[in-house]
Amino acid sequence: MSDTAIISPVGRALNNSLVMTARSVRLNTRNVDAIFTSLMLPIMLMLIFVYLFGGAISTGTGEPYVAYVVPGVLLLCAGFGSSGTAVGVNEDMKGGIIDRLRSLDVGGASILAGHVASSTVRNTVSTVLVLGVALLIGFRPSPTLPGALAAAGLLLAFIVAISWLAATVGLVTKSPEAAGAFSFFMMFLTYPSSTFAPIDTMPGWIHGFAHHQPVTPVIESLRGLLLNDPVGSAPWIALAWCTGILLTAMALSGRLFRNRTA
Amino acid sequence: MIRATGLEKSYGRGDERVKVLDGIDLSVERGTVFALLGPNGAGKTTAVRILATLADADGGTATVAGYDVRTQRRQVRRAVSLTGQFASVDEKQTGEENLRMVARLGGLSRPAARRRAAELLERFDLTAAGRRLAGTYSGGMRRRLDLAAGLVGEPRVIFLDEPTTGLDLRSRQELWQVVRGLSAGGSTVFLTTQYLEEADQLSDRIAVLDGGRLVAEGTATELKSRVSGHRLDLVATDAAAYERLAPLAVQLSPDTLTLGLPTDGTAARVRALLDEIDPRRRDVASFTVHSATLDDVFLALTGRGRTTEEPARV
Repeated sequence: MSDTAIISPVGRALNNSLVMTARSVRLNTRNVDAIFTSLMLPIMLMLIFVYLFGGAISTGTGEPYVAYVVPGVLLLCAGFGSSGTAVGVNEDMKGGIIDRLRSLDVGGASILAGHVASSTVRNTVSTVLVLGVALLIGFRPSPTLPGALAAAGLLLAFIVAISWLAATVGLVTKSPEAAGAFSFFMMFLTYPSSTFAPIDTMPGWIHGFAHHQPVTPVIESLRGLLLNDPVGSAPWIALAWCTGILLTAMALSGRLFRNRTA
Repeated sequence: MIRATGLEKSYGRGDERVKVLDGIDLSVERGTVFALLGPNGAGKTTAVRILATLADADGGTATVAGYDVRTQRRQVRRAVSLTGQFASVDEKQTGEENLRMVARLGGLSRPAARRRAAELLERFDLTAAGRRLAGTYSGGMRRRLDLAAGLVGEPRVIFLDEPTTGLDLRSRQELWQVVRGLSAGGSTVFLTTQYLEEADQLSDRIAVLDGGRLVAEGTATELKSRVSGHRLDLVATDAAAYERLAPLAVQLSPDTLTLGLPTDGTAARVRALLDEIDPRRRDVASFTVHSATLDDVFLALTGRGRTTEEPARV
């Protein structure tokens, strides 16, 4: 490779995205306490629900409660983890670095893609860690190989979609603190779903929302795939949600980025 | 190298709308240092951001390095660098990592980026600090790193927006050396400053911006000659004498009983002036004559004294 390889616009965007990803991963590794917090919260929630509340919750599946709750905790973990992306994007937009990047003609898509890619790496690592703790406290999944791969793929799709949504939130919010509130949004989105308790045990008026919100089909699919139970059309609905969220977030963030830097 | 005609820019909407630039024309020759001088809120940063393609003008046209800032944004960005008032480096990356990242974004290969980063650290006396996080740097070091980051792509035009605001005297002088070096190396430098001394020390030409309009343009010498060239500073014998002389003065320092009067500096004129204002030869204790400073120019042009307070960080 020559010193200043002149490459095509697509090649340049790709190169820039990779450089921005490396930057974002590096910044993440220097912000260990934030990662630690986003990892500890889901683990704590899992322990609280399994040991404190779980005994009182009847899931009607005959499985131990830990088997019921773990898929939801994995999702929650992704949600918490991606709020760091909202904060990171927000800080970038406020600092002088955005001027530097724009002067270098780095496009908004590359900047956001870097954040989303590093968020995906970070969340994949924390998902594995949470899964490790779950195994320690008695989670015994029994997936088929295709089932395990499908579950991993779906979780990955969810992480990417929710990370790009977080990046969009980072562009909308006025301060890093407000951007960080994305984790609350994710937490409250998992409550009216089948994360911690079956939807049928909830009041009737919330069924409509709980059944048809994006988190539920993802959780139902993960649970079914990991425990080798029938999943029906849930994975496809989940995938459709993830794709929809991702495409909407990408379109919206592109527009917001142009507005904020105009 | 830089040509701008009738640049206009307003911010806000409705009744709140404020005109920040009200039709300014600029012209900067290749290889020169140009200073845009003005008090806080004069519109200096807005002018630089428009020229560096980071903001769009509402009206007027500008070319930088031969490219139109509106229609040939990409080419302009390749030809210029901007170092702003606020450090545009990552605090959580080391100086070296910051420079390597910028080099990679500029299209350099990994080894080439490493070499370029090392070169720049050396040039800006940051080699020893290269492996430390930029967040631990002093103000002056951070500004140098920022400047180095701007020079990775070997720009032909270098914009420096208030490069020494907030720096201590020593760091300021170090940065002045850097700017002189850039200019000696053939780069065109466009800097904004609110320090008259800085414009005087560094630049070939100076434009004075006030309230969104250019109120004067020329070399430091030309600008100084626009006020009467020299100033006669008188020390009054006592407070009563000071009061009698005060109405004639253009510059007043009551604490030291000193007053400044404009003059052309010739012996005949100074003698006549002294006789005229102090016929009884009692009011003036001593005097000095010196060339008018840019302070005098600034005072004459903007109708108020130089801004000495530190700028508000917004």
